[in-house]
Amino acid sequence: MSHVPPTPDAAAARIDVVNLTARYHGRPAVADVDLAIEPRQVTALIGPSGCGKSTLLRCMNGLHLTVPGASVTGQVLLDDADIYAKDSNPVEIRHRVGMVFQRPTPFPTMSVRDNVLAGLQLGRRLGRGAPHDEIAERALTKAGLWHEVKDRLKAPGASLSGGQQQRLCIARALAVEPEVLLMDEPCAHLDPISTLTIEDLIREIKETYTVVIVTHNMQQAARVADTTAFLTMSAVGDPGRLVEVGPTERIFSSPRRQTTEDYISGKIG
Amino acid sequence: MNPLPGSPTPWRRVRARRGGTDTVFRYAVRSAAAMVIVVLVATAVFLVQQAWPALHQYGILSYLGSDRWAPSEATATGRHPNPYGIAQFVYGTAVTSLIAMVLAVPVAVAVSLYLTEIAPGWLRRPLSGLVDLLAAIPSVVYGFWGIFALIPAVRPAGVWLSRTLGTAPVIGPLFAGPFFGVSYLVAGLVLAIMILPIITAICREVFATVPTADKESALALGATRWEMVRMAVLPRSRSGITGAAVLGLGRAVGETIAVTMVIGNNVLSITTSILGPGSTMSSVIANEFTESTEPFHLQSLMVVGAWLLVIALVVNTVGKLIVRRTGEDIA
Ligand SMILES: Nc1ncnc2c1ncn2[C@@H]1O[C@H](COP(=O)(O)OP(=O)(O)OP(=O)(O)O)[C@@H](O)[C@H]1O
Ligand SMILES: [Mg+2]
Repeated sequence: MSHVPPTPDAAAARIDVVNLTARYHGRPAVADVDLAIEPRQVTALIGPSGCGKSTLLRCMNGLHLTVPGASVTGQVLLDDADIYAKDSNPVEIRHRVGMVFQRPTPFPTMSVRDNVLAGLQLGRRLGRGAPHDEIAERALTKAGLWHEVKDRLKAPGASLSGGQQQRLCIARALAVEPEVLLMDEPCAHLDPISTLTIEDLIREIKETYTVVIVTHNMQQAARVADTTAFLTMSAVGDPGRLVEVGPTERIFSSPRRQTTEDYISGKIG
Repeated sequence: MNPLPGSPTPWRRVRARRGGTDTVFRYAVRSAAAMVIVVLVATAVFLVQQAWPALHQYGILSYLGSDRWAPSEATATGRHPNPYGIAQFVYGTAVTSLIAMVLAVPVAVAVSLYLTEIAPGWLRRPLSGLVDLLAAIPSVVYGFWGIFALIPAVRPAGVWLSRTLGTAPVIGPLFAGPFFGVSYLVAGLVLAIMILPIITAICREVFATVPTADKESALALGATRWEMVRMAVLPRSRSGITGAAVLGLGRAVGETIAVTMVIGNNVLSITTSILGPGSTMSSVIANEFTESTEPFHLQSLMVVGAWLLVIALVVNTVGKLIVRRTGEDIA
């Protein structure tokens, strides 16, 4: 590995989910999903609880397979290469496809600065001479957090507010210069102001990255997503399936399927 | 839950029962707890009482101030100097326990990491069970095994240590002299294996409490399994591991039979070298109390026992406190 820091704006990648079924202990949680995720766009996954949004999202960086008893069939093509192919390297995939979780998860024993740099310390991606401070600043600036924390870089990550912690996690994910950023209900535990801050941030980072966001909040999907995919299951215990996908505006104004309309208008879910 | 028609509400039933079996149960549990305290205090009182004549004769400090244990020099009048010095036993207990810790803690941490994070799912339970079984092997069996299997096996290593490190500056005295076979080193090794199960079991629980979210955020950054362990699991578990180690130490400090069988039971003075024979506080008691015929002999063994009790209580309490604090940290 070279000791040159990663290029600031790595190319955004596209993802094609092809006939994907994800299972836990043999039971499918989402089935037969075909979904194209365009680069430099925000794609939202919406649908009722338990329809497999998180599972689908976690299939896109292979995290799904780290769960005991989990399996997948089908393909997830990251710039045309199947991440589930025999010769693909899961560690490298997760390096290219970053993820932000529902609950902010800064590493509790690390400072703000070390949290941001955590991903870069892995596998010696960053040489000793690398400009750590600049990289940390750049990532924190991208996450819109720099001005709030520049005087407390040494403070523990856990000492920040919930919204700040979530942006710290975004900065940590962005610091490794991924090509895709997956976000699983990133605002579920945040107050309205922090939520809006993060939505602004999402609109900004899609200029350089591919973003996939799971959300329960339909206004949020309408505000940030270019494309929206709606999943649902036909009955409790059945796997979730992709019902409809299209430009966000179209999905919300004139859904083609009755179930989509019912969900958006609040009749189900 | 809806109450059945005609029956009293569940709430009433709960209240009613308070007066009956619940009260009995509560008192039973309380008196069992009280019993434990009574036994502990009674043991301590008994020890001090038994040791009292000797303590009165020689004073507490003269015991710790000397490393010469020579019962044959004791006189019925208990004239000074005190022939029952116990510093070498304290040294033996400390050295063997330390050797055990240094060897067992890293292995226990590695084993429990393997069991919780690395091993394939189907292998985890049987393997954990196997490690726990080590604790079921009786102490005497460990002693036999130490004498007949371990000593011959480590002899080359012992000889090599004495040749290479024996003349080194500073640490030289620890490895000086010939390797006797029966020695602090072998006692420490046996102890290491004996305390491995408890340290492993506690570490396993400590690692299991690390939130999945933490581990997944490390993995999502592109960490390998090992990097995930270093980034998310170990930092959260530091005080838990310390607590586990201290509880293991508590075991090592009190362990008797196996140690007595392999340590050589030299009581005359401190043998500094870990390759030489010595005694621990518990081994000297086990070895001598049946034939303690000299004046103040038995009473002096009681003094050793009292000190051992104090050390064991302190070590175990500290360990428990540390483990408990980790639990609260994580929650
Ligand atoms: N670790 C797991 N083990 C077993 N089954 C799981 C696991 N995680 C999720 N499932 C199951 O998979 C299905 C889809 O779950 P998933 O979490 O993907 O849904 P979701 O759409 O994200 O729901 P929510 O909106 O509540 O977050 C559910 O039926 C759930 O019970
Ligand atoms: Mg979810």
